Amino acid sequence: MKELILISLLGIFVLALDVLQLRKLTLPAIVLGLLGLMACCALDWNRNEQPFLEYGGMLLFDNTSLAFTFVFSFLALLWFLITRDQFATDAKRSDLYALTLFSLCGAVIMASYSSLVTLFLGIEILSIPLYVLAASDKRSVRSNEAGFKYFFLGSLASAILLFGIALVYGATGSFDLATIAAAGQSNSSLISIGCLMMLAGFAFKISAAPFHMWAPDVYQGSPTVYTAFMSTVVKGAAFAGMFKLFAIAFNDFTESHRSVFVAMIVLTLLWANVVGMRQTNIKRLLAYSGISHAGFMLAFVMLGASSDPKWLIYYVLTYSIASMIAFVIVNYVESYHLGMEDQDGFKGLVKKNPTLAIAMTLSLLSMAGLPPLSGFMGKYIIIGQCMRADLIGLTIIMILTSVVAMFYYLRIIMLMFTPLENAGRIIPEKGQMWIIGIGSVLIIALFFGASIFEIIQW
Amino acid sequence: MALLPNITIDHYLYFSTILFCLGIAGILYRRNAIIMFMCIELMLNAVNVALVAFSKMYGQTDAQVFVFFIMVVAAAEVAVGLAILMMLYRNMHTTETDVLDKLKF
Repeated sequence: MKELILISLLGIFVLALDVLQLRKLTLPAIVLGLLGLMACCALDWNRNEQPFLEYGGMLLFDNTSLAFTFVFSFLALLWFLITRDQFATDAKRSDLYALTLFSLCGAVIMASYSSLVTLFLGIEILSIPLYVLAASDKRSVRSNEAGFKYFFLGSLASAILLFGIALVYGATGSFDLATIAAAGQSNSSLISIGCLMMLAGFAFKISAAPFHMWAPDVYQGSPTVYTAFMSTVVKGAAFAGMFKLFAIAFNDFTESHRSVFVAMIVLTLLWANVVGMRQTNIKRLLAYSGISHAGFMLAFVMLGASSDPKWLIYYVLTYSIASMIAFVIVNYVESYHLGMEDQDGFKGLVKKNPTLAIAMTLSLLSMAGLPPLSGFMGKYIIIGQCMRADLIGLTIIMILTSVVAMFYYLRIIMLMFTPLENAGRIIPEKGQMWIIGIGSVLIIALFFGASIFEIIQW
Repeated sequence: MALLPNITIDHYLYFSTILFCLGIAGILYRRNAIIMFMCIELMLNAVNVALVAFSKMYGQTDAQVFVFFIMVVAAAEVAVGLAILMMLYRNMHTTETDVLDKLKF
């Protein structure tokens, strides 16, 4: 609970600093606040002996939620530091920062809800600031369009999710997850329809096929810094919520409707990788890459109680770091090519700025799943779990689509290392280049960090 | 429900489902952004009807309180959505969604 209060107060504090004309303190305050949030999570760790229900039993901070909260605050911290220069001259910086923090607040609720009411509120607190952020480049028609599409499809998804919640309430007479889980044995058709509608609503949020159409458009049109936030913290939060719902509360439903999940994963993987190959716009390409990763993470949800949440957290962490670095580099490159985000902007990047080229290569290879990068470990774990669950067809599709995906990641890498006659403008090194460096190191280090995850018990 | 004994929970549920489907159909077939907004509101209100009916059936107030939360969230959504729409109108001079085709490959 104190995590949630801290993050909301931090958002208000940032706005207050703007009113008091102390804008120089904004970023240090945010960094301190997020570090404090991480410390809170660490202090609350393993306090399972007393039931950790808060807010009238509507929030539950157990170890899984604390771990997710920790990961989200770490990713947000990385985001705030890595995008510092982008905001340095922006007069509306405080508003944008505050909105981002409120969105993070929604992410924390998504990791810690224990009632369907807080689930709905969390998903809306997560999304509404993002609609604003996606459309925040007011003069750009593309940003307007992205914001509009995100808003519309997002509210449509929320409405579908909400109808599902109403039906589940009708079947069980309770919003409380534990009560619903206990009543789940009845297996009425009302609860099945309700769960399917909630699954459709969540599929929108995580951009899984066949509800993924918005993702490439929104990722392309939004200002790239927010795309970086959307594809990492927001997607991770949606998965945290989804895991809690389908792997714990509706475990019966997930067991009995496994074929629905398998069909969704197969469709997501095939669609994302086949269509992704045709993309020449790098932001769209990364969006399709994000969709295919959503397919992998969905497998953790499908396996339900038999899969340990810590591996989902591991996957979210490794994918998010790689994705955030990739988007931030795209942001750099496009800001030096007058807004051109086509893949041609990456031609000969190694000459223009070797640090960026190497960091981009690392993150793309990690997303492709090459050892010894952390993305490989995540894919290895989920494929192993699917094999143990006797889903041989699914594992074959996962491996084949990973190979196909390799093709489009390698195309970008080859472009970056193509020697150019006329190298054009050199992209200067900037202050926060070291953060990209740290991120790249993390991508490698987390590969070995998997063994630490193996040891942690919760 | 006691006043009208012939109306059971099923009727409320059918009514709410029809409203919800009308909302979805409106979003799929209408191209005017304002109408699409109204359709979203219709869907949320369909949920409210279902929740209140279930709440009465179980004799609990949980769902009725939830309805107030939904209304608050709907108001927040409309505030953000209309702001986005205003911005779009300033740039495009129309509220028809057909003009939104800048983001295609």
